[in-house]
Amino acid sequence: MRYALFLGCTVPVRALNYEVSARKVADKLSIELVDINDFGCCGFPVKSVDRETFLLMAAKNLSLAEEKGLDILSLCSACTSVLTEANKKLKEDDNLRKRINKQLSVLGRKYEGKIKVKHFARVLYEDIGTDKIRKNLKVDLSGFKFAAHYGCHYLKPSEIYEGFDDPENPKTLDELIEVTGAESIFYEDKKGCCGGGILGIDELTALKVAKTKLDRVKSAKADAICLICPFCSIMYEGSQKKIERQFETEYNLPVLYYPQILGLALGISPDQLGFKINRIKPRKILEKF
Amino acid sequence: MSEKEEEIIKVDKLDPNFKYEIQKQPGGEGITRCFACGTCTAGCPVREINEKYNPRKIIRMALLGMRERVLSSDFIWLCSSCYTCYERCPQDVRPAELMNAIKNIAVKEGYIHPSFVAQIEALSSHGRLYEIGEFDNKKRVKFGLPQIEENAEDTKKLFEQEDLNKLVSSQGEK
Repeated sequence: MRYALFLGCTVPVRALNYEVSARKVADKLSIELVDINDFGCCGFPVKSVDRETFLLMAAKNLSLAEEKGLDILSLCSACTSVLTEANKKLKEDDNLRKRINKQLSVLGRKYEGKIKVKHFARVLYEDIGTDKIRKNLKVDLSGFKFAAHYGCHYLKPSEIYEGFDDPENPKTLDELIEVTGAESIFYEDKKGCCGGGILGIDELTALKVAKTKLDRVKSAKADAICLICPFCSIMYEGSQKKIERQFETEYNLPVLYYPQILGLALGISPDQLGFKINRIKPRKILEKF
Repeated sequence: MSEKEEEIIKVDKLDPNFKYEIQKQPGGEGITRCFACGTCTAGCPVREINEKYNPRKIIRMALLGMRERVLSSDFIWLCSSCYTCYERCPQDVRPAELMNAIKNIAVKEGYIHPSFVAQIEALSSHGRLYEIGEFDNKKRVKFGLPQIEENAEDTKKLFEQEDLNKLVSSQGEK
């Protein structure tokens, strides 16, 4: 199984623990990840500014993977969503594809609509499957409680994801957590947004949106939040101290990426899963390893 | 003019074609289907925190033709694009995409939020939102990750296709 690894803007600079653990887990499960240096921004930030440019940026990235005959595996949910959306539009609308390709020719590139885009968690759930993951487990994580945070763009807008999971009642991340033996806890507003989309627009509102979730996860007594998107981590881990100061509260809530959790269950050493980078140390978990 | 008078909608100042202008913009097609049920607002995580953002009200204002008020507002930039409204709208108005359509028109009219100006500048300079310099690559190597060489040229060329930099730099005009 080979995929082109799409890192996007945030992961390779601000979420090295996600990248490191995802690569290790992929390797363990025989998913070959191919790096393409010229992948740039997916186009997400430009969508609110100029839709044509967003499609153009997405098309460039899609064309780079297509040239190598590879589908895209993305770690960031926002990248997954905009690349999937652009891919769908470009595949379905011949006139649009022609128009975008005409502009894309300035880079000597062309996209013919032959590839697929998938989030890493979807690849784990759909292509690998929980049965195969179970067969590879080395360490039982039972006793730990994780709060699955789906975020927004992993499953929404649902019409671009061909019926994968249910955005109103999602289960894939819960199942991926539970296969490790850990408990995926129920908590209020599991589907809630992290607020990251407006961090640069109205910081206080964004922090309050993130705080809502931190409060709810804390009161459900989770050992950590489990994420699959780097921007959610900027809100829950990167901004946790700021939220604590601003609202005079304390969480000390570890924020883990799913591949870090799965990696532990697959018997990969914590040293190789980027835990050093986690600002809020998951001590209760790491002391068992 | 009193505060109340400022708030009163003046029929002769409305632009009845605004809704059709939005409808022509990709993402805005569904606007006239809205029957103002408020499902979007009820499920909105931003509205839960900040009353300034109210998608039902924004759509209503747009349908009434309050073109300048909507385009020059700061509230259109407060959508966090979580797509909850998009999933739940019984009339398939797709409010999250509708906001993008309205923002695209606002940018053409010279109204852009400064946060997006900064993002476009970062993308023009680095091809990505966050610079990957020598320091970052050293850190990547330390963690056993491949180095990444920035390619801003591609992004610049793509921005030129739609004259994006000009579009963004016109923001000071209004």
